[in-house]
Amino acid sequence: MRPDPPATAVAPRPPRTAAREILRRYGIFFAFILLMIALTFLSDSFLTVSNMLNIARQVSINAIIAAGMTFVILTFGIDLSVGSVLAFSGAIIAGLLAAGRPLVVGIGGGLLVGAVMGLINGVVITRGGVQPFIATLAMLTIGRGATLVYTDGRPITGLPEAFVWLGAGEIARIPVPVVIMALVFAASYVILTRTVFGRYVYAIGGNEEAARLSGVNVGFYKTLAYVIAGVLSALSGVILTARLNSAQPTAGMGYELDAIAAVVLGGTTLAGGEGSITGTLLGAFIIGVLNNGLNLLNVNPFYQQVVKGLVILLAVLLDRRLR
Amino acid sequence: MEGISKAFPGVQALRDVQFEVRSGEVHALVGENGAGKSTLMRILGGVHQRDAGEIRLRGQVVEISSPVHARQLGISIIHQELNQVPALSVAENIFLGREPRRPGGFVDWTTMYARADDLLRDLGLPIDPRRRLGTLTVAEQQLVEIAKALSVEADLVIMDEPTAALTVEETERLFRFIRDLRPRGVGIVYITHRLEEIFSIADRVTVLRDGQYVGTHVVGELTMDELIRLMVGRQLTEKFPKETVALGAPALEVRNLSAPGEFADVSFMVRQSEILGVAGLIGSGKSAVARAIFGAIPTTGGEILLEGRPVTIHSPAEAIAHGIGLVTEDRKRLGLVLGMSVAANITLPILPELQTAGMVHRRREAALVGQAVRDLDMAVASPEQPARNLSGGTQQKVVVAKWLQTRARALLLVEPTRGIDVGAKVEMYRLMVDLARRGVAIVMISSELPEILGMSDRILVMHEGRITGEFTRETATQEAILASATGRTRSAT
Repeated sequence: MRPDPPATAVAPRPPRTAAREILRRYGIFFAFILLMIALTFLSDSFLTVSNMLNIARQVSINAIIAAGMTFVILTFGIDLSVGSVLAFSGAIIAGLLAAGRPLVVGIGGGLLVGAVMGLINGVVITRGGVQPFIATLAMLTIGRGATLVYTDGRPITGLPEAFVWLGAGEIARIPVPVVIMALVFAASYVILTRTVFGRYVYAIGGNEEAARLSGVNVGFYKTLAYVIAGVLSALSGVILTARLNSAQPTAGMGYELDAIAAVVLGGTTLAGGEGSITGTLLGAFIIGVLNNGLNLLNVNPFYQQVVKGLVILLAVLLDRRLR
Repeated sequence: MEGISKAFPGVQALRDVQFEVRSGEVHALVGENGAGKSTLMRILGGVHQRDAGEIRLRGQVVEISSPVHARQLGISIIHQELNQVPALSVAENIFLGREPRRPGGFVDWTTMYARADDLLRDLGLPIDPRRRLGTLTVAEQQLVEIAKALSVEADLVIMDEPTAALTVEETERLFRFIRDLRPRGVGIVYITHRLEEIFSIADRVTVLRDGQYVGTHVVGELTMDELIRLMVGRQLTEKFPKETVALGAPALEVRNLSAPGEFADVSFMVRQSEILGVAGLIGSGKSAVARAIFGAIPTTGGEILLEGRPVTIHSPAEAIAHGIGLVTEDRKRLGLVLGMSVAANITLPILPELQTAGMVHRRREAALVGQAVRDLDMAVASPEQPARNLSGGTQQKVVVAKWLQTRARALLLVEPTRGIDVGAKVEMYRLMVDLARRGVAIVMISSELPEILGMSDRILVMHEGRITGEFTRETATQEAILASATGRTRSAT
């Protein structure tokens, strides 16, 4: 066999494309650095160790949810139920612990609830053929309702010290939620880039039918993505409940939007198949730094929302331009 | 059109092509797949923009900026692939985007249905314009598409393989209609793979080859042989590098297989080292047979035997485990994950064998992929390059490479050379011969009669979901296959 004639070979890339490629791939990172530099100049109290750790702790809950959301969005899905899953599993944990159950039982029970809710999402979507948006919207409502039923609309308090440490404690000066976030992202990174499951997640999101015709058990792996999203939402529920030292029936409302924003800011496309977990971490941090900076600069909280929305819009518009 | 050039990433689709249609003429445009016919017509239809050259309409230089603009200029296209909305009615499809309106933006349904009815009756189609398009047969849908193109009262109508799914009678009806259009001063561009149609309907014919202009001739001054020589050029002799290989034991056998709404009672057997061609028109169910064997669509009854043993296959994963591979007809939609790298695409079906505790062995993967890239001579910059940026021929090699990794013993190839250029086609044929020599059983399902005739050891023909003919390499002729494919005869071996 002979190689294709030169005219039909892959055209050489014009140099502009190389610069574009770098911008596209690392643009979010540059944006993050720029934001950090700008805020350092604008506020004396921004670039301090304590403020950085403070940001990291604030970011951790959204970041962990967004990690799970990344799996789901990469398969060309969406999970709107994360906030409700967080609330319900938080309530279950608090209920178990307040009743005097051991820590392992409480946390294990909460994570199991998250896994089951994710499993239901996944099964309804893959077996029932319901669109992810609708299936998880239903779970959002059901989960919130279940939380209100379980808590009777009141906070659950009286949690043991050892549990509260998960939200407020430190390991070598690093807040425990930040340590958990780091572990979650390290594991997610390995799963998405090194494992067969990770490869399948990208393949399913990139072209579900081609993946199926290559022998991939699409339904199983898609469901697994929703289970991961459920477990990670429940893990955020652990942290939030510990930090608040109580389970709030209205906890996690609207968190799905922050998580989706972090994923999209991180360059993962809602069309599935393309994106990265590192991008999501950066996306979550950009939102966190922006919140923190606007607070430090005493920007009216009502305007903060507008600014946040505009930043997300700008980032995604830029991303589309560069593609 | 003069000096038209167009390049896509990785492919020079057209180079300095010229083309002219007079009003009242039927002008055939021929060339093999990948010759650039469709690209040229998409430029004329405003879908693509040319890189160089000039388009003149009634002597005026025009820029055709969009499909809407093309329509305003009086250019109407009947697409090869149906661009229709199955959930809407026939009339709504015909008038999509230019519905008759009442003041206030409301659709004037009465006028729309009346006009649709007139049009369909003109074409001799007994179709209710209120019916949902999705309930029609493929052939009827094709005729609705033709009605749609004619309804805009265009000066230039482009027909891209309008008869691909039509029966002989429907084709004859269409031809009568085309002859009626001629005296009205309408220019018609007629693209087809069925060369005999050119001699019955066209006035002149322009030949393209590998994106270049070969020539324009008056049909009456050409013979079929001359036309074929113009189309394939000097590569005719080595176009099908078929070799006769001694056949082995039965590899794949199908007995009375049926799939609801697709095909019924299909039985055949293919031996090791054999290339079994399956011919048929669009809608004959031939590609569904491959999907059914592969477990991708449900079957109702029938048996599949591999190397003499009955097997049950409910999913592609099971088919792969049994040593079956499927190269689909639409590599972009079904064969590749375009956003993933060449390497990840090639190893997708064999990841379970390339892992320990869920982790991919990246070094072993790189070695396998490197080998495949060399073996198949793939034009890739790097195995990490996304499949999206490759030429059609190279993409097809990536798809085939997938199934070489699984060591498939029976390979189902559906339209294996669709949309790839002549050179890449020959490479694909050589690859098939090479696989056959290694004992792989090949079922080649194709709408291209030349490759069916040129590459198969044995040929099955399907029509409306049933096998209507079987030929050996020696007994097969284009005419006999077409007769079976249109249901005119029921031949025995």
